[in-house]
Amino acid sequence: MALRNCRNVKVLDITPVGETQRPGEFFELRLERPDWDAWKPGQFVMIRPVDWPMDILWGRPFSICSGDSRSVTLFVQKVGRGTARLAELKKGDTVALWGPLGNSFAVEPDTPTLMLAGGIGIAPFRGYVEQHSHPENLKLFFAHRMPLGCYPHEGIAAVADVECMAEEKPEDLQAIIARMGELVNEYRDGLILCCGPTPFMKTAQRFALEAGARLYVSLENRMACGVGACLGCVCKDGEGHHVQVCTKGPIFRADNVEL
Amino acid sequence: MEVSDLKVSFGGLSMSNPVMTASGTFGFGLEFAPYGDLSRLGGIVAKGISMKPREGNPMPRIAETPCGMLNAIGIQNPGVEAFVKQALPALKRQDVAVVANLYACDAEEFGELAGILSTEDGVAALEVNVSCPNVKEGGAAFGQDPAQIAKVTEAVKKRAGGKPVMLKLSPNVADIATCARAAVEGGADILSLINTLIGMGVDIRNRRPRLANVVGGLSGPAIKPVALRCVHQVCQAVDVPVIGIGGIASAEDALEFIMVGAHAVQVGTANFLRPDFAFTLAEDMAQLLTELCVERLEDFRGSLQLPL
Ligand SMILES: Cc1cc2nc3c(=O)[nH]c(=O)nc-3n(C[C@H](O)[C@H](O)[C@H](O)COP(=O)(O)OP(=O)(O)OC[C@H]3O[C@@H](n4cnc5c(N)ncnc54)[C@H](O)[C@@H]3O)c2cc1C
Ligand SMILES: Cc1cc2nc3c(=O)[nH]c(=O)nc-3n(C[C@H](O)[C@H](O)[C@H](O)COP(=O)(O)O)c2cc1C
Ligand code: FES
Repeated sequence: MALRNCRNVKVLDITPVGETQRPGEFFELRLERPDWDAWKPGQFVMIRPVDWPMDILWGRPFSICSGDSRSVTLFVQKVGRGTARLAELKKGDTVALWGPLGNSFAVEPDTPTLMLAGGIGIAPFRGYVEQHSHPENLKLFFAHRMPLGCYPHEGIAAVADVECMAEEKPEDLQAIIARMGELVNEYRDGLILCCGPTPFMKTAQRFALEAGARLYVSLENRMACGVGACLGCVCKDGEGHHVQVCTKGPIFRADNVEL
Repeated sequence: MEVSDLKVSFGGLSMSNPVMTASGTFGFGLEFAPYGDLSRLGGIVAKGISMKPREGNPMPRIAETPCGMLNAIGIQNPGVEAFVKQALPALKRQDVAVVANLYACDAEEFGELAGILSTEDGVAALEVNVSCPNVKEGGAAFGQDPAQIAKVTEAVKKRAGGKPVMLKLSPNVADIATCARAAVEGGADILSLINTLIGMGVDIRNRRPRLANVVGGLSGPAIKPVALRCVHQVCQAVDVPVIGIGGIASAEDALEFIMVGAHAVQVGTANFLRPDFAFTLAEDMAQLLTELCVERLEDFRGSLQLPL
């Protein structure tokens, strides 16, 4: 068993999830679990199918959405070249997987904890809820553009308090922002975790700084190596120094990162 | 053929096999320790270090391109002092040759860096990166001016305390053989090549360059033919040993460079295909040489048959 490693693993299954204008936009990818000791919610893996030709060089990072002793589940939205090609994977295909990578979300079982998820940023929270010993202390606020059925939110709703808001019309955005502000205020003495598009996280950061709330954000910078070597994924920390999102993050305290 | 038959020794550098990892693509080496045994590598070239810490360039700094990538990291590094105090002691415990990669913007500073590293017994050799734009001399990179190459090599060699000096050549020149001769005149023990090709990427949707620095270095399989041509030309032009770099992503690629005359190779961008990539390359090379009925690496080196 190892803390982390790189292994060839098989695709156990790949399942389309939900329906949007673009067929197969969301899918769940279940992979064999490598010989790791453990993983923590908020950590991620890099994957690259072994028979990808050289035209796509880098692996792609995905949050560990869920997992058990034999499998690791990733939840993927097709947004470009790499994810489109991942969508073509078949059961039994072999994928190079390295991980578990990065730091993890703070877990404080007895602290009221608010999770702010925007779109596919919901993925790491399924694992968070699964591993939490007191899910009654958890609340998820989920802002989404695609139909709810596209996201892995049901597993969360089964055990924690979930509030969803769809962004369908332009005016919805204002309502989402206003509600986020209220919730951040409500949880100012608790713990707040956020994962989503950068503008979403920036808004949460602004509210948290104003309210003096303790907020952690999970960054999704573009990555090449995932192991801290290439320095292509850096962000600026609170002192203005470039730090690797893949090894020093992906989770940062909102008062110690420039978004 | 066994991996143990792949031992190489040239220009004052001895390694258990000819596979090295290229500067800037393998951190200080320990980042890759979870993924393989570092002693399976012949050598590690550490990421570029400068006298003072550098924050590097603004983001975005990397972009994927067909069969390659662009980077403009800007030599982000903690400075030579942190390298000596923090990275080296940990690296020394690994049974692998560690090469320091020096970055400076004038000959004196290169000399100073060499002086500091010359007394570090954990450093097997010094590799000199001449890609800094030379502001004092009109803005072209050192690496584009043979006279500057000779001057910088000399400055490093003088203070290297007997450590082998490798000059890393840029392909962004009119005649790489002239640059190679200049480095040899300056006293280089080994030449390593190539560094990245200058490239650019743009996004027609947001009408922005893909790198904040606008231009960056192209690397990966896309540049292999250029690298091979450069190594071939340099091997024909000079007698000092050469290390081939550029787009190596398989044992066959590595052997192509050896066949045109290289003594060793460095693997760069291919480390991003998967973090354990470099660890098995020497074994794969040994196996491929066996298939080719080659008994000794020396017999294969430079065995390219040119048309008469
Ligand atoms: C730690 C971490 C965890 C992640 N977890 C998940 C997850 O659980 N599920 C999931 O679906 N995705 C996740 N992502 C994002 C996922 O890695 C990217 O969507 C994927 O790499 C895109 O690859 P592609 O080749 O399809 O897109 P590309 O062709 O590379 O890009 C497609 C489009 O997205 C834009 N884009 C892509 N990445 C970025 C970026 N980082 N910053 C700005 N613009 C960008 C591009 O400009 C382009 O318009 C995660 C990323 C990180 C770093
Ligand atoms: C992200 C990145 C960072 C690099 N940093 C350095 C560096 O600090 N010093 C240096 O001499 N070369 C640097 N290089 C160049 C490589 O060492 C190598 O010469 C080049 O990438 C070509 O080899 P490849 O095609 O195998 O990557 C860097 C390359 C990449 C991709
Ligand atoms: S992805 Fe290479 S340093 Fe983070």
